[in-house]
Amino acid sequence: MTEKLAILWPEILLFIGTCLVMITGQWPNRAIRQFTPWICFIALTLAFFAAMTSPSTSGMFPELIPYAKMMIAAVGLMILLLLSGTVDRRLEAEVDKGRRFESIRSNRGEFYAFFMFSLTGLMLTASADDLIWLFLALELTSLPTYIMVAISREEDTALEAAVKYFFLGALGAAIFLYGFALVYGATGSTNLAEIAAVFAAEGISPIGMIGLLVAVIGVSFKIAAVPMHFYTPDVYQGAASPVSAMLAFVPKTAGFLALMMLLGTAGWGFASGADASGHLPIELEATLWIMAALTMTVGNVLALLQSSVKRILAYSSIAHSGYMLVGIIAGPGSPGSPFYENGLAAVLFYLLTYGVMTTGTFAVLASLEHRDGKEADHIDDIRGICKSHPVLGWTLIICVLSTLGFPPLLGFIAKVGLFTSGIAAGHIALVVILAINSAIAAAYYLRLVAVAYIDDSEKPSSPVYPSPFPMRRVAGVISAFGVIFLLVFSAPLVDGAVNAATFVAPTPQPADAAATDNPSGPDENTMALGDPPPADD
Amino acid sequence: MNLEIWSLLLLIFAPVAVGVLIGLLRNPDYAYRVALVTSLLLIIPALRLLSAFDFSMAGTPQFLHAVPWVPGLGLEFSVGMDSVSFLLILLTVLLGPIVVLASKTAITGDKRMYYAWLTVLQGAMVGVFAAQDLLLFYTCFEFTLLPMFILIRKYGSTNRIAASTKFFLYTFTGSMLTLAGLVYVVWFVAQDSQLGAWTLHIPTLTAYAAEMTLAEQGWVLAAMLAGFAVKVPLFPVHTWLPLAHTEAPTAGSVILAGVLLKLGTYGFYRFAIPLAPQAFFEYAPAIAVLAIIGIIYAGLICWVQTDIKKLVAYSSVSHLGFCILGLAALNVTGLSGSILYMLSHGLSTGALFLMIGFMYERYHTRDMNTVGGLATKMPIWTTFMVFFTMASVGLPGLNGFPSELLCLIGTFQSDAAWNAAGEPGAWGASLGPWFAVFAGTGMVIAAMYLLIMVGKVCFGPLREPAGHHPHNELPTDLNLREITTLTPLAIGCLLFGLQPTILLDAINEPVNNTVALVDEANGLESDLTLNSARTLPSNYFTHDQGFQTADPSPQVLAEQMYHEKVNSFMTEPDENGVQRLRDDIDFAEFKRVLDEGPVISDAAAGTMEFQGAAHD
Repeated sequence: MTEKLAILWPEILLFIGTCLVMITGQWPNRAIRQFTPWICFIALTLAFFAAMTSPSTSGMFPELIPYAKMMIAAVGLMILLLLSGTVDRRLEAEVDKGRRFESIRSNRGEFYAFFMFSLTGLMLTASADDLIWLFLALELTSLPTYIMVAISREEDTALEAAVKYFFLGALGAAIFLYGFALVYGATGSTNLAEIAAVFAAEGISPIGMIGLLVAVIGVSFKIAAVPMHFYTPDVYQGAASPVSAMLAFVPKTAGFLALMMLLGTAGWGFASGADASGHLPIELEATLWIMAALTMTVGNVLALLQSSVKRILAYSSIAHSGYMLVGIIAGPGSPGSPFYENGLAAVLFYLLTYGVMTTGTFAVLASLEHRDGKEADHIDDIRGICKSHPVLGWTLIICVLSTLGFPPLLGFIAKVGLFTSGIAAGHIALVVILAINSAIAAAYYLRLVAVAYIDDSEKPSSPVYPSPFPMRRVAGVISAFGVIFLLVFSAPLVDGAVNAATFVAPTPQPADAAATDNPSGPDENTMALGDPPPADD
Repeated sequence: MNLEIWSLLLLIFAPVAVGVLIGLLRNPDYAYRVALVTSLLLIIPALRLLSAFDFSMAGTPQFLHAVPWVPGLGLEFSVGMDSVSFLLILLTVLLGPIVVLASKTAITGDKRMYYAWLTVLQGAMVGVFAAQDLLLFYTCFEFTLLPMFILIRKYGSTNRIAASTKFFLYTFTGSMLTLAGLVYVVWFVAQDSQLGAWTLHIPTLTAYAAEMTLAEQGWVLAAMLAGFAVKVPLFPVHTWLPLAHTEAPTAGSVILAGVLLKLGTYGFYRFAIPLAPQAFFEYAPAIAVLAIIGIIYAGLICWVQTDIKKLVAYSSVSHLGFCILGLAALNVTGLSGSILYMLSHGLSTGALFLMIGFMYERYHTRDMNTVGGLATKMPIWTTFMVFFTMASVGLPGLNGFPSELLCLIGTFQSDAAWNAAGEPGAWGASLGPWFAVFAGTGMVIAAMYLLIMVGKVCFGPLREPAGHHPHNELPTDLNLREITTLTPLAIGCLLFGLQPTILLDAINEPVNNTVALVDEANGLESDLTLNSARTLPSNYFTHDQGFQTADPSPQVLAEQMYHEKVNSFMTEPDENGVQRLRDDIDFAEFKRVLDEGPVISDAAAGTMEFQGAAHD
């Protein structure tokens, strides 16, 4: 139990922060209410340092927690900058009197609380070693975001987005929960390491395979992958830009962490026994292969047709999930393999990169609004902003080029990791699809760059103004610097990602032992089994 | 870190830094001056490199410098250059001030942005040629797209949006596939060699890539062709080029024709041939056929053009066909001719675009039906125009002739060379006389369309567009600034036309190495050996070794020893005394020696030995 506690300190700190935020955020005195974002800031910073000292665990990914949680805390801090900001006093007075409800523009506690709850859930996903834990963590990540979407704006589109998001999210949750149940039925355990041990010993039974497939498809809702991607553009467009930024990073990270864990039970070429081929079982590999190819292509092709920047970014977010699936398919490579061969390390590094770049892009959108307070969204709204708002304009250009994977920015190195791991795992056709998709993506990213920087001859129909949230601009500038300078100093990040993606193949363990040894609960099961041998070394 | 390495780094980074500075200038009027002064100052480090470059061992990368960047990725900032890279860098540096000077009156929009990107582009192009690290090469190669895209999109003529988008998407698509191919090579070498780690060091990759099977090499070659052939551009992926050239501002066209297209041929020379030697040998006829189709087809298109700029743009497609043909010949003559062509095309076609730009500034048309007979009105312009057209046509005595001729002779001999090796058509990969004959018709077509153009534009009755009135700032004929931009190019054309041996000597060794590598990989007997062949490419030009110093200084001796040491890692003599690639290259030690560079030991004692790192 103490071992569990040691890895849970970041979550505990975040939870304490959440509780404090709920109190201070509702305080009648404005001076105290203004502390709310600072409490979030302190909690996230403490969580960051707590994550740094997390011990290794005994699961399949013993070193995953420090990297994943530090990444979550760091990107969380940037999203916090987007969410927080000075308050429009007049608006807040109206909010106080209950005339208006616009959470994102005032220091209302619930917004921060939901945000912190979601990050807590995300960190819990990283710590998960059990299907039930994983399910609860995923839901804790998602449920607050449904509400955040709904209350982020006054407009009806936000409500529509929230309803869509909620119902499809519930559907996704039902699907992967069904998958989890089947996996439990096949193996008699909900503990991931035990499931992996059973799969390794007896092969994956048809029920178990169906369970894994259903679970993977359910989780693909979180990462916005085909066939569960339909909600993405509407929700991103309906929500306020800061919330869209959060939706781009938080559920996606949760989904990819969950995918790593679920697929880890089947193993990359180890579950089938003798041959360490480095491949997932063929059913899973084929499914993921098709999902990856479709996700990239659908995302990129549909993004070409959009005229709303947020919809473009939403489709690009779908496409990026497709890219990252390549790394998931490639798997961790043979033990001790470098970054280039480790697809999971590439995915972890890409998640961080994507979080930084996408926060920057949404920060720019969030920093611009029309005179009536409506957010900038149409592509004409950013026309010529390099001239009218140079800092925002250049932030947008740098982040967009990095998202495109244009060298020498951070996104390029991240994409190279996916290329190399895909090729090293032998998925050359998939890498070619990835290359072609990157080229398709160039068309719409280039359009954004050109509109913001070059084609400023025509004046936009309704001009945009900086929104009254200086912190959003700060977040954008930090992202832009991050995109440039994290590349220069990317050595520790890359090493960290490789370390975090260390995959310990499960030791074969027959189902009977796992099921009958100690039926009282997964936690004690782990204790009864002791540490799996590989972790002892 | 000696002065030469600083000079090289300066050539890469100074333009980028100055470019950012220009972008931040308060007064846009200074942009032009800052850009001009920078590009002129950059000639100093280039000259310093020229004086320090040891042409007696031109095939060995010199001025090597590597800074570990991301050790976990095996990523290094690693630069260095052999003579081929160096000559292309010199061309880039030479064109720098010329394009800035030529833009003074042509650019009316946001000057800061224009000169900033023009300057940044310089640094990126030098980076491509100087890179010794694959990812650094790729980074610079891709990065050149952005400045050029902006120059065309922002400062181009009417159809600029379509042109710039097409330019970017074509090349970006190709180079993404190239990245996949290059990554495959890197992966293969990491798997196959005893390195135990991934390396991106280009010479190392070159040493091992030949071990891929023919099928693998074929796919790698296809991937590299996707990127490099688009850049060259080779038929049938050339369609972006005429559009981009026509719409780009003058300076953009000059850079595009002068250097950016060479990135494609340089990619062929540096990557496609050495990394896939067997496949390139196997598919050389197919590539040559595409090149010949390009030569003839683009030449015929030129014939019916009325837009002068489009005509010269298509002539680039046609001319670069010769360049690729020379590479596909895979013999010393052809390769030398091809590299000579890269340099010479940069001078003459760049100059032609300048000429058209100067005319366009005065008449605002490029249609040769509306403007013509300018000889009476613009005699200086006409003189230069005729001169550069002749250079482009391939008049003996000017630069176009030796390069074109060598490419054709190389093609012609390509067959004979393999036959002499005792394997007539064993691989089916011989070009031969028929290829040369068909390509030769391209020279005739080139003469026709270029002479027709000169005839219409320069001679005959004076024709000016209706409503033409003199330019406010520019005189009727060329002014001193414009003449200044053209003179160095004209001198270059003349010099290379009269004394091509200077260049041929300089590139002899790297070309020999490349050909020897291809021969070796294909199991062909050849009298060339790695790094040891000192024969001239052919007997057509003879010239004694101009770059040997009579009394070698300790520096030279040290570098020669370094050279031998480096060679001894790569090659060893077989039983016949012919140098062969070693099978067991000690890469750790090799890399250490490369990083260390030449060490000057005590010359007086006469013990010229390589010192360990502890000596420093």
